[in-house]
Amino acid sequence: MATTMITTLDRSSRAAARGLSDISIRNLFIIPTVLFLIVFNIFPLIYSLGYSFTDFRASTNAPANFVGLQNYRDLLNDPYVWSNFAITAKYVIISVAGQLLVGFGVAMLLNRDIPMKGLLTTLLLLPMMLSMAVVGLFWKLLYDPSFGIINYALGLGTFEWLSDPKMALYAVALTDIWMWSPFVMLLSLAGLSAVPKHLYEAAAIDRAGPFYTFFRITLPLVAPILMIAVIFRTMEAFKTFDLAYILTSQPTAELISIRLYKMAFQEWQTGRSCALAYIVLIMVLAITNIYVKYLNKVKER
Amino acid sequence: MAHIQLKNISKTFGNHTALTGLDLDIADGEFFVLLGETGAGKTTTLRLIAGLEKPSEGQVFIDGVDVADWGAAERDVALVLQQYSLYPRYTVRENLEFPLKPKIRRLPDAEIKDRVDRAARTLRIEHLLDRKTDRLSGGEMQRVSIGRAIVRKPRVFLMDEPLSALDAKLREALRTELKNLQMQLGATFLFVTHDQIEAMSMGDKVGVLNHGRIVQTGTPHEIYNNPRDTYVASFVGSPPMNLIDGKLVNGRAVMAPLNFELPFSGGAKASGATDGRPLVFGVRPEDVYLESGAPVEARVHDVENHGVEKILTLRVGDATLRATVPARTDVAIEQAVRFAWNPDKVVLFDKGSGVSLRHVG
Repeated sequence: MATTMITTLDRSSRAAARGLSDISIRNLFIIPTVLFLIVFNIFPLIYSLGYSFTDFRASTNAPANFVGLQNYRDLLNDPYVWSNFAITAKYVIISVAGQLLVGFGVAMLLNRDIPMKGLLTTLLLLPMMLSMAVVGLFWKLLYDPSFGIINYALGLGTFEWLSDPKMALYAVALTDIWMWSPFVMLLSLAGLSAVPKHLYEAAAIDRAGPFYTFFRITLPLVAPILMIAVIFRTMEAFKTFDLAYILTSQPTAELISIRLYKMAFQEWQTGRSCALAYIVLIMVLAITNIYVKYLNKVKER
Repeated sequence: MAHIQLKNISKTFGNHTALTGLDLDIADGEFFVLLGETGAGKTTTLRLIAGLEKPSEGQVFIDGVDVADWGAAERDVALVLQQYSLYPRYTVRENLEFPLKPKIRRLPDAEIKDRVDRAARTLRIEHLLDRKTDRLSGGEMQRVSIGRAIVRKPRVFLMDEPLSALDAKLREALRTELKNLQMQLGATFLFVTHDQIEAMSMGDKVGVLNHGRIVQTGTPHEIYNNPRDTYVASFVGSPPMNLIDGKLVNGRAVMAPLNFELPFSGGAKASGATDGRPLVFGVRPEDVYLESGAPVEARVHDVENHGVEKILTLRVGDATLRATVPARTDVAIEQAVRFAWNPDKVVLFDKGSGVSLRHVG
């Protein structure tokens, strides 16, 4: 993209008849979006950065006092916040790994000539299209200890998935895996179908077994697109809120975004929660950057 | 090395029939070229032998064993495709090692290194061994994919138009190299191409394929000089054989719509060439010569100068025919010339069936 071309206006076009040049048409399309982004994204972002250095509380009329890095210092020294981070990390790892395994596995199964492949793929994509809140609500019913179908099917009696401190986080992760595996599957399918067929034929001729072919041809060629899936899913999992919030109130499943929500809207520590939001943002950015670096390395090979 | 036989092979893809009643016999150590137009079924034949497709009917034998239930791996063939199919992201060395590394038949490292080095030396790609495959030129890539075939010492080499994607100079060079390689290895080669020059110059034997049927099998010499029918006659040779409708009358060839006569001695006269039977006379352009006292007059329609020779297009009435003449022949377009043919080299085809009279009975 070294040069940007602005083509000259076609004299006979309708836009020309209305006296619009290419540049004004371009501005017409771009300016509303830019304005929207500035008003709803960039302005709050910068405004909250300002608040993160104050002791502002949105619930009182007291003026905000500048406290410097006090909020950040407190938060980073708070063992509770760190335990929230640890829970979040555990949740991210379990749910992303699960989605990767299930999604890629299903994609491998689907990547062949089977009857009704299109219909099957569409049906498998459905969980992804549901609203988070809806998924949370009806998995809550599925997990229900007294009438939930999961306990009934597995014969677990009245096992309390969501109230069990050890199980709650896994239960949330399981729901997330159910919901988002299709996304990984979709990307994997695209990657798998892009592997040229003649490479598999060449490998078969070269007498490579199925495992050898998988690890030496399929995986290296699909790796970049799998990495993209991992990046997306990690970012999303890191900021999971609604699913976990609806499903469980166990402190062992209190993700960082739930902690943030409580801090901001139940305890009304607006300044401090802004600081926490910034810490989370920086962490997500850092993780994403590491991934992107790695992705570029995978692509280069 | 191996002897390959196809017996009565048919292959259909849905409604489309790719091959019908194909019989093929490739002797051990032979360089067999399968020649045909695009869509004639050449690649399908190759894939059937490789085990990448199953025949709808008929059997494939390798060394006398029916290999119907064998997969590609068990057949132990090597396949070189037009699109190279190198494994991306690996270096040339890793590509060459690939067929030697699967766990089941893993060779000792020293042996792998030895074979890879030897193949690289044969194909003169030693300096490329540590390069990634996407930094290679087309000719280099094709050498690597041939290299991947030879490291394994397979029973048969199958090549699917390996030279078509290369530029002319390189194609010529690799043609000679491949032929030398085959003689060095003494291996059975099945080479598929649509280029009749490749077929003529490389093949010990050539099989001409038309619409899923083998039309003629034979040495390049036989195919060229004694084509079985008008299809082979017009497909093999550049420029192709001249085909002129006519009949025999008292030892003279009388061309019917064109209205000219040429002497046709009984020397090459085949059985069944009775007077008056509708025939097609086939004569190679190099067997048509210009001479001042020759029996037929024509006009020069076009001159193609090839350096060593000139290819003339002569116009007789409404029809044209080609003649190859020495480059020093001085002719101008629209000049009137007289020509004759070498009657011993004329091939007679039946007008109805197109089959050469020499091949009937």
